[in-house]
Amino acid sequence: MAKDALLAFVVRLADDHLILGHRLSEWCGHAPMLEEDLAMPNMALDLIGQARALYQYAADIEGRGRTEDDFAYLRREREYTNCLMVERPNGDFAHTMLRQLTFAAFMEPMWRAMATSKDETLAGIAAKAVKEVAYHIRHAGEWVIRLGDGTEESSARMKQAVEDLAPYVDEVFDADDVTRAMVEAGIAPDPAALRQSFDRTMATIFAEAFLDMPTAPFAQRGGRDGRHGEAMGYLLADLQYMQRTFPGAVW
Amino acid sequence: MAKNEIPLWEVFIRPRNGLSHKHCGSVHAADEVMALNAARDVYTRRGEGVSIWVVPSAAITASDPEHKDENFEPAASKVYRHPTFYKIPDEVGHM
Repeated sequence: MAKDALLAFVVRLADDHLILGHRLSEWCGHAPMLEEDLAMPNMALDLIGQARALYQYAADIEGRGRTEDDFAYLRREREYTNCLMVERPNGDFAHTMLRQLTFAAFMEPMWRAMATSKDETLAGIAAKAVKEVAYHIRHAGEWVIRLGDGTEESSARMKQAVEDLAPYVDEVFDADDVTRAMVEAGIAPDPAALRQSFDRTMATIFAEAFLDMPTAPFAQRGGRDGRHGEAMGYLLADLQYMQRTFPGAVW
Repeated sequence: MAKNEIPLWEVFIRPRNGLSHKHCGSVHAADEVMALNAARDVYTRRGEGVSIWVVPSAAITASDPEHKDENFEPAASKVYRHPTFYKIPDEVGHM
């Protein structure tokens, strides 16, 4: 059970990072300005790099000869256990930046706590990732501030993004058997314990951006059980196309 | 004329401690914080630097290309200004 829980935990963390990295990479060549056309793929590569390290570790834990590519490219939709937030379509630039900030504000205290994990591999991944995610907060946060406190249009779009994303926030803080096993083993923190740090990061930025903290009437859940939204199938079709069409293709 | 909302900034990167900042290009950004972020994203992706400066391009006063001859030609004929007419003893080593 302990091994199964660790595998499940590492895979869901990896899936979060792969799927959000893929979403961000969709902006490549379409950003509103050249500088962002480099900044977003930069962040995407941070996320995909983190996902690779996690998938490699998952393959080791599983010990059945699968590789990182098998995990990333050759599973079915229901086998991906990313949170729903990261698979949401990009929407406009305001929505993308807010989603990036929201995920980073959740992951920053998570990585910080995991840097002292009893699991040495995860502690190593966390020590590197914590610097990368700190920049994601800064980059996305500065944009949220400027768009929220910008023109009439940018402010309206930012408010819309806050409303659209609100139902997808709570899921990441959910506890289940997997997270409880990780807490017990001293491997990862209780997600609920990260809420305070998350709220503080968001509140500081929202105050500067003249945005109200959202209150969602309900929360969307299901990602951790492999139940995804409609957008996920299209995302995977894109992501998996090459490996499905040319199995085993390498650079 | 409308105010330029996203002006140009010149970017200077210091590659290592002990070296000086070197001009490496420019970015568009709304303000100095965003300019620093953009400079980091555009010009330090391959480990190029340990420090970044950004300066509004509008703050730079440049010499007029039309004055090229009167500015720079007179120096061409004054080779004696180059410190190449001294014999440096071997013991001094690399200067």
